[in-house]
Amino acid sequence: MHKITNNEINMHKLTDIEKRLIRNIMEDPDAGTGKLAERVGMSTTACWRKIEKFQELGIIQGFIADVNWKKLGYELEVSLRITLDKTQKDAFEAFLSGARKIREVNEIQTFLGRVDVRLNILARDLDHYQSIYRNEILNLPYIAEVEALMIISDVKRSNVLPI
Amino acid sequence: MISLDDLDRSIVELLIRKQNLTPSEISRDLNVSQSKVWRRIKNLKELGVLRGRRVLINSELLGFGVTVFLGVKLATKGRVSLADFERAVTSIPEVQLVQHVLGLYDYRLRVVARDISDFERVLRRRIMTLPGVGNVEANVLLSEERRFGPIS
Repeated sequence: MHKITNNEINMHKLTDIEKRLIRNIMEDPDAGTGKLAERVGMSTTACWRKIEKFQELGIIQGFIADVNWKKLGYELEVSLRITLDKTQKDAFEAFLSGARKIREVNEIQTFLGRVDVRLNILARDLDHYQSIYRNEILNLPYIAEVEALMIISDVKRSNVLPI
Repeated sequence: MISLDDLDRSIVELLIRKQNLTPSEISRDLNVSQSKVWRRIKNLKELGVLRGRRVLINSELLGFGVTVFLGVKLATKGRVSLADFERAVTSIPEVQLVQHVLGLYDYRLRVVARDISDFERVLRRRIMTLPGVGNVEANVLLSEERRFGPIS
């Protein structure tokens, strides 16, 4: 697929109504095309075409199901902040490819800062977490330091950008 | 914990693995009737297993080139200060995620900005002025991958 650069989008410049549509989609991703069209004041067909266009441009990458893991028995969510031994030149690649194989890891992020990588871990309970931590995480290569944050609650979670 | 049967699990799994799925595609993939898929999805929503859908947006293409995660430690604690902090922080439009955490920090925030100087503005004017805010650590996001999580 053709990769769209920032410049192309900037050249394209979104109109006010397009911005309003994107904002509405971000705020209410469950809304159907008809409802969105009504909210931003365009016809359903035009709205549908715009959404297609946003997907072609890569602005909208897709829609995914929002699953509540707690209801599936995964009561514990832990954010592991990891510092790697960067004197090893393949540290990032080796660590990341190992982390991708752990099924309880549902997010992997890399950073510029004190923390190099963050893994989000879903576990059934503390015993389960302990076994993932000891048998899988600590077996990953080139870990220099690990810090754990246990997530108590999501106070706010949104995808909305202030456009 | 809610007990789900094999069909429920297969539906949830498909929805996690594939984007933009419609009930008719699910019914084709799993070889069950579309009305059955509809009923199951409705039930999974009622049980709270499925919370609707989320849209994945390329923030960079909309002019937000910088994402920063902040670890925030409160200087003063107590029920009132937590509530004050939460009320103020959730109203900042650039803050997309606020998680109450246990560990080195009290809160974890995801902040979006147009560029680094825009981030500096948000940090100085919005974050550092929050009630009760103490130590703040910032890490700039370089890359992000979504994994499927613990599905079979």
